[in-house]
Amino acid sequence: MSIERDVMEYDVLIVGAGPAGLSAAIRLKQINPDLSVCLVEKGSEVGAHILSGAVFEPRSLNELIPDWKAKGAPLKTPVAGDDIYFLLSEEKAFKMPGLFVPKPMHNEGNYIISLGKLVRWLGDQAQELGVEIYPGFAAQEVLIDEQGIVRGIQVGDLGVDREGHHKPDFAPGMELRAKYTLFAEGCRGHLAKRLLAKYELDKDADPQHYAIGIKEQWTVPAGQHKPGLVLHSAGWPLSVGGTESLGGSFLYHLEDNQVVVGLIVDLSYSNPHLSPFDEFQRYKQHPVIKQYLQGGTRVAYGARAISKGGFNSLPKMAFPGGVLIGCDLGTMNFAKIKGSHTAMKSGMLAAEAAAEALAAGREADVLDNYTDKFKASWLYDELYRSRNFGPFLHKFGALIGGGINYVEQNWFGGKFPFTVHDRIPDYATLKLAKDSVKPVYPKPDGKLSFDKLSSVFLSSTNHEEEQPCHLQLKDPSIPLAKNLPMYDEPAQRYCPAGVYEVVGEGEAQRFQINAQNCVHCKTCDIKDPAQNINWVAPEGSGGPNYAAM
Amino acid sequence: MKAIVSVKRVVDYNVRIQVKPDGSGVVTDGVKMSMNPFDEIAMEEAVRLKEKGKITEIIAVTIGGAKNEETLRTALAFGATKAIHIKDEGEVQPLTAARALAAVFKKEGASLLIAGKQAIDDDANQTGQMVAALLDIAQATFAGKVDVDGNKATVVREVDAGLETLEVDLPAVITADLRLNEPRYLKLPDIMKAKRIPIEATTLADLGVTAAAAVKTVKTVPPPSRSKGVMVKTVDDLVAALKAKGLA
Ligand SMILES: Cc1cc2nc3c(=O)[nH]c(=O)nc-3n(C[C@H](O)[C@H](O)[C@H](O)COP(=O)(O)OP(=O)(O)OC[C@H]3O[C@@H](n4cnc5c(N)ncnc54)[C@H](O)[C@@H]3O)c2cc1C
Ligand code: SF4
Repeated sequence: MSIERDVMEYDVLIVGAGPAGLSAAIRLKQINPDLSVCLVEKGSEVGAHILSGAVFEPRSLNELIPDWKAKGAPLKTPVAGDDIYFLLSEEKAFKMPGLFVPKPMHNEGNYIISLGKLVRWLGDQAQELGVEIYPGFAAQEVLIDEQGIVRGIQVGDLGVDREGHHKPDFAPGMELRAKYTLFAEGCRGHLAKRLLAKYELDKDADPQHYAIGIKEQWTVPAGQHKPGLVLHSAGWPLSVGGTESLGGSFLYHLEDNQVVVGLIVDLSYSNPHLSPFDEFQRYKQHPVIKQYLQGGTRVAYGARAISKGGFNSLPKMAFPGGVLIGCDLGTMNFAKIKGSHTAMKSGMLAAEAAAEALAAGREADVLDNYTDKFKASWLYDELYRSRNFGPFLHKFGALIGGGINYVEQNWFGGKFPFTVHDRIPDYATLKLAKDSVKPVYPKPDGKLSFDKLSSVFLSSTNHEEEQPCHLQLKDPSIPLAKNLPMYDEPAQRYCPAGVYEVVGEGEAQRFQINAQNCVHCKTCDIKDPAQNINWVAPEGSGGPNYAAM
Repeated sequence: MKAIVSVKRVVDYNVRIQVKPDGSGVVTDGVKMSMNPFDEIAMEEAVRLKEKGKITEIIAVTIGGAKNEETLRTALAFGATKAIHIKDEGEVQPLTAARALAAVFKKEGASLLIAGKQAIDDDANQTGQMVAALLDIAQATFAGKVDVDGNKATVVREVDAGLETLEVDLPAVITADLRLNEPRYLKLPDIMKAKRIPIEATTLADLGVTAAAAVKTVKTVPPPSRSKGVMVKTVDDLVAALKAKGLA
């Protein structure tokens, strides 16, 4: 059955209104105001699906909009102090003396921000320059012609019921075509996933590595609020010495008695019983963390995966008619846990490359000049210096790996004469359930720790009920037939929104997918040991509605 | 025949409302805003009337700051033929809004005002009624079904006892209830077209409207949180627990 679709053509089309996509859009219009630039965003508005820390390094923003202060960019709280703790147990902690903090972890000159607010502001700047932004419309398919050239994207259809039938108000998704398409979907974009496979972009790279970041925003009593304070920790509740579960935490004090707190868990963890959500809940009970949160109110919750493979996992970035930018490409600097400024820079470089090509009358070819610009930029240098951080940790754990990283970053300026690789993808690291110890997680106390459902409620997540499930199983039998006996179906635990449940017993047992709760973190698409879950965009504007994450 | 539809920008219905710590109102900073859902229903009804050939023009009107332009763009994407932005950065009282809408109604020589029955932010449920009073025209509130024929409108309203059917002479004010219709999906091509339609800007002063005396919000407090339930194991425990609360 072929469907008539409306078509619009642009010079450049951008998928995703994160820091990468918006910086690219702004740069394009700065270079040539006559270019037609269109940006689609799956969130109900720009920023609705953005979740970050965030300590923000203003380097790229200074380059993109030097007068950002005068224009009212929401960078309000300069970093005033950096505390790093190694949590040894649920009570004990060791505070790292400033002397031993690896250079990339220093934060002078940086700001504590809500990335959600910053992208809303960037969205306004882009619109003022004439960029057409369409929130609430996800790019669902890539348009690839017979010659294998990317010609744009197709927006998802509206008005399709659970079984895939058209409802009376069916509205076919439009085709948006462009001379160049920039994919800026952030970590684990579902279109980038197809492009990586189709053009074998990651053939020569290490597999991408990921982490899941779970975050809450709190309003805390004024006496506990230290505007500008940055706190990072490693160790408990994750592995203190070993490598079974790695990660770290952050706690940042913004303005107006707002504190954000989060736990980042490497998706290379091996114990299938581990629940990142529950680890986060108990982490908040540690005295170092509790001192800032107790007596406060939790106001927002959310989660998002992070691409942390860095330099060694960078795929080829350009293919006929399009490029990958930002976390869709993998530009996060995990040694700094910062990916916003690098995402912005990659977007700006891609914009410069595309504008150059268009000015030369080129279109729909491979933007090799983007790759060249990337290699000549500070971004490349920054990622190169941090390339060994993740592999060190995966191999040696937080304590020793962190120590070696300290030596490399501070004594060798990030340039050890060798590179450490980590070639096991995150979905292949799980041990069998029977060989793993079940952690005992304390019950939520309703004050500092909470259950999943009341948490998801605070993400204001909403999906139209009547629509095909956007979490597709390639083989619907795998969850019960394989994942359950082998790994006690880990989706029940790694999903931070309680989407996956095994319900019933015996004959009546089934795998239930509560897709309407999905906060679009992409963890299931990454961690499912059978790689059986395929995340696709739900119907327009579905997903979380983060105010300022 | 012209219809005016008033559209208000409010905190989106999906957003979990937070009261500001100092009780001076609710947090709107960074919060998603969208068209009041009852106004969407009013817009949808106007568009359906136009599709049926009952009216010829739909004028969407909003009062508020620069960001309200988005709400008008949404109205244009629905199918409004014209959009008027009454620019005002302050807080707009229902009576001020009613005066402004009445002024636009007269100026445009409209026959119908279709409004949402209330806005989900202040739940005032006053504006439509006050416009009718100010203009001294008929009103049919809480409409569940609307039909327009020549110079008359038939409106079925939901009342406690069941359904009530009214017939009003035009010009009139109709306010839309939840079950009047289900607003359509906005299609991307329509949203694209809506971006290119110019919006008419005006001010309260231009319309000769004075702002009504302010109703001052003294304090905003969140609803009390429900206390946690207690799990009991046996009937005896239950009875004991109820007794302890003086309930049994
Ligand atoms: C918990 C956590 C803490 C972090 N802390 C920091 C920090 O302190 N400092 C820092 O600099 N960085 C931090 N980062 C990393 C930073 O947030 C990311 O590197 C950055 O957001 C990447 O930007 P991006 O534009 O590439 O992608 P994103 O910010 O992910 O934006 C992608 C956008 O594209 C949209 N999109 C995706 N797919 C589609 C589609 N198919 N169609 C339409 N739209 C689509 C999404 O809705 C989203 O709006 C953190 C990340 C996390 C998760
Ligand atoms: S279903 Fe997948 S993408 Fe959605 S919240 Fe759960 S893990 Fe994240």
